Amino acid sequence: MTAALGFILAMLALGLIRVLRGPDDADRMMAAQLIGTGGIAALLLLGVVTGVPATVDVALTVALLATFASIAFVKKGGVNAPESPESR
Amino acid sequence: MSLALDIVTITAVSAGAFFFLAGTVGLLRFPDTLTRLHALTKADNVGLGLVVLGLLPQAGSLRGGFKLICVWLLVLAAGATVSQLIARAALASGASGQQGHSTVRAAGDEGPPT
Amino acid sequence: MTIASALEMALAAVVLGMAMWTIVARETFAAAVGFVVYGLLLALVWVRLDAVDVALTEAAIGGGLSGVLLLGAAARLRASETRAAAERPGGIMRLGAAALSATVAAAFGASVLLLPDAAPTLAPAAAANAVATGLGNPVTNVLMAFRATDTLLEKVVLLLALVGVWSLAPDRLWGGYPGARHQADPLGTLAFLARLLPPVGIVVGIYVVWAGANYPGGAFPGGTILAAMWLLVIMAGLTDTPTISSRRLRLVLIAGPGVFLVVGLGGLCVGTAFLAYPVAYAKPLIIAIEIAMTLTIAATLGLLVAGAPERSAGR
Repeated sequence: MTAALGFILAMLALGLIRVLRGPDDADRMMAAQLIGTGGIAALLLLGVVTGVPATVDVALTVALLATFASIAFVKKGGVNAPESPESR
Repeated sequence: MSLALDIVTITAVSAGAFFFLAGTVGLLRFPDTLTRLHALTKADNVGLGLVVLGLLPQAGSLRGGFKLICVWLLVLAAGATVSQLIARAALASGASGQQGHSTVRAAGDEGPPT
Repeated sequence: MTIASALEMALAAVVLGMAMWTIVARETFAAAVGFVVYGLLLALVWVRLDAVDVALTEAAIGGGLSGVLLLGAAARLRASETRAAAERPGGIMRLGAAALSATVAAAFGASVLLLPDAAPTLAPAAAANAVATGLGNPVTNVLMAFRATDTLLEKVVLLLALVGVWSLAPDRLWGGYPGARHQADPLGTLAFLARLLPPVGIVVGIYVVWAGANYPGGAFPGGTILAAMWLLVIMAGLTDTPTISSRRLRLVLIAGPGVFLVVGLGGLCVGTAFLAYPVAYAKPLIIAIEIAMTLTIAATLGLLVAGAPERSAGR
């Protein structure tokens, strides 16, 4: 199980490359999304490996907040047509 | 019984990790924003689903298992919707080089085509 | 070297790398994304350090809210971004900055490495006195009972920060709506998500506050989740921000520190000291304070991200 955890973390690190390099804003958003989901998987695995059940709550929080952040990214990453009001 | 459960856990978690691998490789290697998005959603939904499936036998109680499934459903719903939005954003900004630059509206702003 | 410690070192290296990249990135949008990723990874580190409460708060604030705040700032700065990127500080300035950063880092490193082996800690004392409140989570005990004055002052500081943000508005816009009005097709994808997610988020937020009594959680992460859900509904255009002169809004904003203060003064009059809870009523009082604080935190954080008023109230 720890091996799977390490594996997923390695995938996260690779996903980071896309955040760094991604030529486009959308690529960075997607890499952030992947890292969010991978982070949730890593948290769930960590919770079971260390035996701290509250870690699932952290995973829940990450799921909600990562979605919120992704939507904020989408709204600001050049989504707005010129006519619509400038978003925050 | 617990050995069988452990085997289920290990197989499911390994399969989930494999899907994460596939998703990340796709994110890195696919040529195009939309294809990368496709890879991403596979990792999100199936990978996490398998990991959650594998962890269900290890959850201490019914409530723990319920929480795990909640996390997966949440990521599923949110991930699918956000992928839609990202795809529209990518199309609208013409990043993918696909046609439809003028007819696809920006994410969430669906009015009559200009 | 076990697998676990190898993993930990890898995680630490990734976190450090992410932090450095966030600082070095040229585009502010990229840096904001990097910041959110950094927050997420840091939450992993906190969990590894057995500090689940801190991980909850880090995931909520660092991973979500602060990232969106920075994004808003980046959007406002987009006009001057090319000009700002073209400026490069001179060699002497850079050398000075490098020397200062190295000194601070060395000081931190030295103080961590020179800690006595049995680090002085009050944890056993806090754990031993848990019977005073009847709550199972030692972090909540410390926050709400043993160091309650700090928590009260924190909430006041939050309010002051909000007033500071509001004061950035030009005079004629005072009392108006923070932020721009978001437009979205009410039948579109974003509106769908904004109808689907907030009910779940609200339940999770309330659960986190409630669980804070005996398990990791508390008013702060719970309030942050509620704030994020509120902002989500606003971003989808399903509702608008309240005017900052709205009386109801201001009541909610002062509810948290207000209740806290009233209970504290009650402790002074009825009990032995400021914020002394009578043992029989400690748990209900703390829960009442936490409920009020959660509402205040949610409103304050949401408004902080929304920003200063940009549209006048009389439309």
